[in-house]
Amino acid sequence: MPVDPKQIRAKDKVVVDGIELTSDWNRMFDQRPVFDYDVEVLEKIAGIPGAESMAWCYQCAQCVPVCPVNEVGDYGPRKIYRRLQLGIDLIPDEELWKCTTCMHCLRVCPKDVNMIDIMPAVREEAVMEGHVPPELQEVFENTFEYGNPLGESPRKRADWAKDAGVPVPLMKEKKKADILWFVECYPSYHPRGKETSVALAKVLHALGVDFGILGVEEKCSCDSQRLAGERGLFEEFAEENIKTFSKYQFNTILVTDPHALNAFKKEYPKLGGRYHVVHYTTFLAPLIDRLEYRNTLNYRVTFHDPCYLGRHHGEYDAPRRILNRLPGVELVEMWRCRQNSFCCGGGGGGMWLDGFMADHVRERLSENRVREAVETGAQVLAVCCPYEISRFEDAVKSTGNEGKLMVKDIIELVVEAMGA
Amino acid sequence: MSDVLVFAEHLQGNLTDSTFELLGKGRELAQTTGGHLIAALLGKGVEPLTEQMGVAHKVVMVEHQQLAAFNPEAYAIALKAVVQSLNPSIILIPYTSMGMDLASALSADLGIPLAAYVSEVKIEDGTLMTVSQMYGGKVNVESEFSGNPKIVSVLAGAFPAEAGKVEGTPVIETMEAPNALANLRVTFKQWIEPEGGDVDITQQDVLVSIGRGIQSQENIPMVEELARKLGGALSASRPIIDNKWLPKSRQVGKSGLKVKPRLYLALGISGAPEHIEGMKDAELIIAVNSDPNAPIFEYAHYGVVGDLFDLLPILKEKLGG
Amino acid sequence: MHIIVPLRQVPDLVEDLEIDASGKDLDREWLKYKMNEFDDHALEEALLLKEEVGGAVTAVALDGGEVDKLLFTAAAKGADRLVKVRGDFPTPLNSHAMARALAGAIQGLDYDLILTGVQAVDELDGQVGVLLAHYLGIPHVSVVTDVQVHDGKAVVHKEYAGGVMGEFDVILPAVLGIQAARQTPRYAPVSRVRMAMRKSTIEEVSAEASAEGAPDIRKLFKPEKGAGAQMLEGSPEAVAEKIIHILKEKGIVQ
Repeated sequence: MPVDPKQIRAKDKVVVDGIELTSDWNRMFDQRPVFDYDVEVLEKIAGIPGAESMAWCYQCAQCVPVCPVNEVGDYGPRKIYRRLQLGIDLIPDEELWKCTTCMHCLRVCPKDVNMIDIMPAVREEAVMEGHVPPELQEVFENTFEYGNPLGESPRKRADWAKDAGVPVPLMKEKKKADILWFVECYPSYHPRGKETSVALAKVLHALGVDFGILGVEEKCSCDSQRLAGERGLFEEFAEENIKTFSKYQFNTILVTDPHALNAFKKEYPKLGGRYHVVHYTTFLAPLIDRLEYRNTLNYRVTFHDPCYLGRHHGEYDAPRRILNRLPGVELVEMWRCRQNSFCCGGGGGGMWLDGFMADHVRERLSENRVREAVETGAQVLAVCCPYEISRFEDAVKSTGNEGKLMVKDIIELVVEAMGA
Repeated sequence: MSDVLVFAEHLQGNLTDSTFELLGKGRELAQTTGGHLIAALLGKGVEPLTEQMGVAHKVVMVEHQQLAAFNPEAYAIALKAVVQSLNPSIILIPYTSMGMDLASALSADLGIPLAAYVSEVKIEDGTLMTVSQMYGGKVNVESEFSGNPKIVSVLAGAFPAEAGKVEGTPVIETMEAPNALANLRVTFKQWIEPEGGDVDITQQDVLVSIGRGIQSQENIPMVEELARKLGGALSASRPIIDNKWLPKSRQVGKSGLKVKPRLYLALGISGAPEHIEGMKDAELIIAVNSDPNAPIFEYAHYGVVGDLFDLLPILKEKLGG
Repeated sequence: MHIIVPLRQVPDLVEDLEIDASGKDLDREWLKYKMNEFDDHALEEALLLKEEVGGAVTAVALDGGEVDKLLFTAAAKGADRLVKVRGDFPTPLNSHAMARALAGAIQGLDYDLILTGVQAVDELDGQVGVLLAHYLGIPHVSVVTDVQVHDGKAVVHKEYAGGVMGEFDVILPAVLGIQAARQTPRYAPVSRVRMAMRKSTIEEVSAEASAEGAPDIRKLFKPEKGAGAQMLEGSPEAVAEKIIHILKEKGIVQ
């Protein structure tokens, strides 16, 4: 398209170092448009400790096509930067709550603009100023009051173990175990989560693992609450969990939840809690051939990489290794997989913002992902993050794919193959 | 000494349902104690109301300009004077907005015992026994009283109003207004009518009613759609209104409205007594709650224990366009 | 403008309530307490008034349970002064005893206005706010949804059934039983609560309280479960099917 001459900010005549310059290109020596903006808001946001990299964006826009939220709406770090440039404050802005901290933008960003640090830092300011979406506020309140975001009775945290059918020992009684299994909230309380906990207990038992759980002593790892801006809540329970861990002897913390993995690996050390932590898929992959399988599954399975296991912690192989070893499983990949995997929408507080997000997106991220899973012809969408099972099951229903696609945790498939 | 005194509550010129409920129950109690049923009617120009109080043996009327509209301080002063002059055995006060200001005040002022949240009153072997619905209706407390008088503050709807609706004018005794009414610290200014224009939930055949279990304001449109598909309207329990998620005109229960729809679908409502009193007369009550111990299941005809967010989409779909 | 907000802890209804061996009280060993939700509204209204007309908000709570957390949370929301009332209180603490203890403590404090939650789930023997007003010898209005303060008086709206309201002038000091604050009670970020734990001090005062004024509790019992409701069971799909069937049978849907 030809350039409209009026759009060119050229001057008839410019004198630079005594040399007279005429012609259109002398605009280079004029102030560039970027300086026309009032950078006060941008500087305010980039001045928040943790959010410094916001200012590094040079608007190459590589982040936009990989941003999952942009896939279903209109989003991306570059767009946030642009709004800041235009003087729109991010703190009271609804844009602040859309990011799921999936980390795909950081993977492609040439400037290391790090939403994983920016989001919790700016959200913390917003929380302090009272700009919290109400549904999220309730989750914060529940977590502070009950130690879990579901607002369930803390006394009932280990009730799922009663139905396990195998012993699930408590650290309080054992004092010492090779493996301390940190069960986390959704696997302790959510009906589908509880089923996966029972499955994992069965597998640990079958493998003869020396393990124990914390039961009522366990408190939410609060990593997602931290990413949603409640750093104080995170610290409160981190201190409590670290204190509880210190009472017992163990070699490894085993987690069901990649978000807990993230908390223990990246955040707890800053507070003095250093542990050897593994996700259950990482733990199980080398042991998978030691299990006996009575059933052949005959499933075509596709696997969804959880953001906090894959991109955040680089574990792409263990879940696939397990699935490939299960009799009768044919693993097919979605086109967005491994480093390029899509996001279920649950991370960074998204788990508790579905109502809020409904006004901002054409469909849920989980619905977008379920359609992709269906396209592979898989009968089973395998997952290994406790947020995903309920999100994807809802999405299977809402996209009308009930009966076509089942959502199962990898550990459930293992138990199904074992016939346990 | 064996009389039963009922505080005759009236709002903007009409006796309330609670008054008839208490009069009916009071008459029954008076028969057991062998005393009289006396109504305390405080107000200004309220004598015509006595025509509806045929069930009482006597109405003690106190009239004063400061009693024309309810005033917590003025009414407490006048009621105290009535109690001191009659020395009844039992004082029945509704557990309503007015009753809340009076019962505790009387108890503190006269040093006499009080039971609130009462849903049952009985005299057993000469002892007054009450059952109070405590802890949001999750636990009942059975209490007894020694000495006279005692105050029983009764939940609205606990007893049938019919037993108290007897025409005929009882004996009217006018009592002089206490001097203290001349020197009040609380002054009634004016009535403020609720904002109109919204749906009248008392006129709806179908109410889909939401409580705390709805979790967030963002979930309301989804329920509204269900209500629409059922040809009804959305109503709610108090916490939803207090959070300003729905207008006051949609509140069912104490300080809200009493409804009698053909269908009352209670979603995520636990069923505190304050809510129950507003909806228990609905023809068909279906309750969905995740807590199997929720008191609402006691009053519902059909109950579902489960996640309402699992059920809602399916229900909506099955109802079609 | 000095506003006092008494904060009460009540049994958390999220937990299953159990009755103790005596049959006359809840089993308190495992009981979890939380702030009376109406008190949260009273605190919010107090903070809004302070923001409007200036002054200070004092949160007062009786010792026991998680009282410190309760008071520090109030500080995190904006309460200026925290007071814990200690004493040899009867258990269970009834409304009369609580009101007497609060009156004893509050008498020694400066106040123009006391805001309480309109009621609580455990007030067997009446509302603490109204009792408190009488023990302090000041007027009260319950079920208040709007408060404005000027010239030594409060203009309040008291709500009746059906949403009709009465407007009153109340000469201060007075006790108001708050039904709902003008806005949803604010959130206390946990880091503020933690900061309050480090920086705020809780003053302690002692008070006495007799439990007189309550009936004698014979026993506690749980209402019969689901006596009326026929429970619909099965998958959400099956339950929805059953509901539709019932609605059709009753002619509510075609």
